[in-house]
Amino acid sequence: MFDLQGYGHLLLDGAKLTLAVGVGAMVIAILIGLGASLCKLSGIAVLTGAAGVYTTVIRGIPELVLILLVYYGAPTLIQDVLKLMGMEVYVAVNPFIAGTLTIGFIYGAFATEVFRGAFLSVPKGQIEAARAYGMGGVLTFRRVILPQMWRFAIPGLGNVWMVLIKATALISVIQLPELMRNADIAARSTRKPFTCYFVASLIYLSITVLSLGFQQWAEKRAARGVRRA
Amino acid sequence: MDTEIIIESLPRLLDGALITMEITAISVVLGFILAIPLSVLRVSKNPFIRWPVYAFNFYFRGTPLLVQIFLIYYGSGQFQEFLSDWGLWRFFREAWFCAILSLTLNTAAYSCEIFRGGIEGVSFGEVEAARACGMSGSLLYRRIILPAALRIAWPAYTNEVVFLLQSSSLVSVITLMDITGVARVIAARSFAFYELFITAAIIYLVLVYGVLFVFKRVENKILCHLNPGAASS
Repeated sequence: MFDLQGYGHLLLDGAKLTLAVGVGAMVIAILIGLGASLCKLSGIAVLTGAAGVYTTVIRGIPELVLILLVYYGAPTLIQDVLKLMGMEVYVAVNPFIAGTLTIGFIYGAFATEVFRGAFLSVPKGQIEAARAYGMGGVLTFRRVILPQMWRFAIPGLGNVWMVLIKATALISVIQLPELMRNADIAARSTRKPFTCYFVASLIYLSITVLSLGFQQWAEKRAARGVRRA
Repeated sequence: MDTEIIIESLPRLLDGALITMEITAISVVLGFILAIPLSVLRVSKNPFIRWPVYAFNFYFRGTPLLVQIFLIYYGSGQFQEFLSDWGLWRFFREAWFCAILSLTLNTAAYSCEIFRGGIEGVSFGEVEAARACGMSGSLLYRRIILPAALRIAWPAYTNEVVFLLQSSSLVSVITLMDITGVARVIAARSFAFYELFITAAIIYLVLVYGVLFVFKRVENKILCHLNPGAASS
């Protein structure tokens, strides 16, 4: 249907890297989100404040600016700081690591809000019952709250994933050969920019469709213990 | 930290902020004008009307904005002859036009789904009462459904506008000199990377929370009947 002049495999390789960045960033986002949401709910002023600043600041800055800041800004910042301490070093950041960390760090802020809502959705009675059995704070969290929280978190996390996987296209700006960057290379070589970018967009679209299917399955599975009227 | 370069480049960054605001504002307005009729078609009972809108929304919501910008800006080059024949090429070779077009289509798709949720959220009683008063068709939409739907959709629409403001940073990739574009050019010349990107980030923060403040004021105004305690100021 589309003549990619032999550049199709390049796009598929790029799609693999896009998925790798996406999954890596999602894992980081979930870990940060869990930590920061617990900080927000901890009731300790310092932790609540720190988590609040994190979500407020990150959600107010474009992803592209943060990616550029981490990839170009962080190495020079570290060099400048070390120079003040009398050390001359050259720091370079790997684009895969910079991209994955930055995307994970950004969407951690969105995941924080999802987890905060999910933790609050676990019925109070469950926690009281766990306490009545003599479970302490950590044990209640691990055995009662954490397993039940996921059911409320999955729809929100699904949304975060959908936005996150599309945001990985921005990493092409720092030359990581993911789907968007490879589509760019193919577009320049074949002189068929529309065809190449359109095929890339269809690959993104199919990732979205597969993710939607997976999300529905996960939601059903997480809700299998819920009685329906 | 080189504070001199920050102060020196501040006027140019603020020029960039004007471009960012201009591009965002034009796209938001055009996207809104497009999204309202689309959302009415989107809830149509006729599948031949509903499905094309759904497909449009699905494509623009399911693919990255960067791909859409590249498709329109670079991709249009593949159809240069055709576009020239129709006298459209002089628009498509302008980065500014392509940026506005892609941001508008993108936000129209997201806003359309938000407004669809609003239309579906209008209580049936209101529609029934309007019908009983003899309203139908466009009058029903204009007087009852759309105002009520907009109220329901407003908080979600606020988020969409903020996202669009942030997404407008992508136009720097196609050579436009918005905040990000200015910061990238000066940083590449002076090697003052973190100074400029942090300054750019702060300008974005101010703009984002400014927009949120204004939209919250509008929300208090249009939703004051739901919240009598906090009378509109």
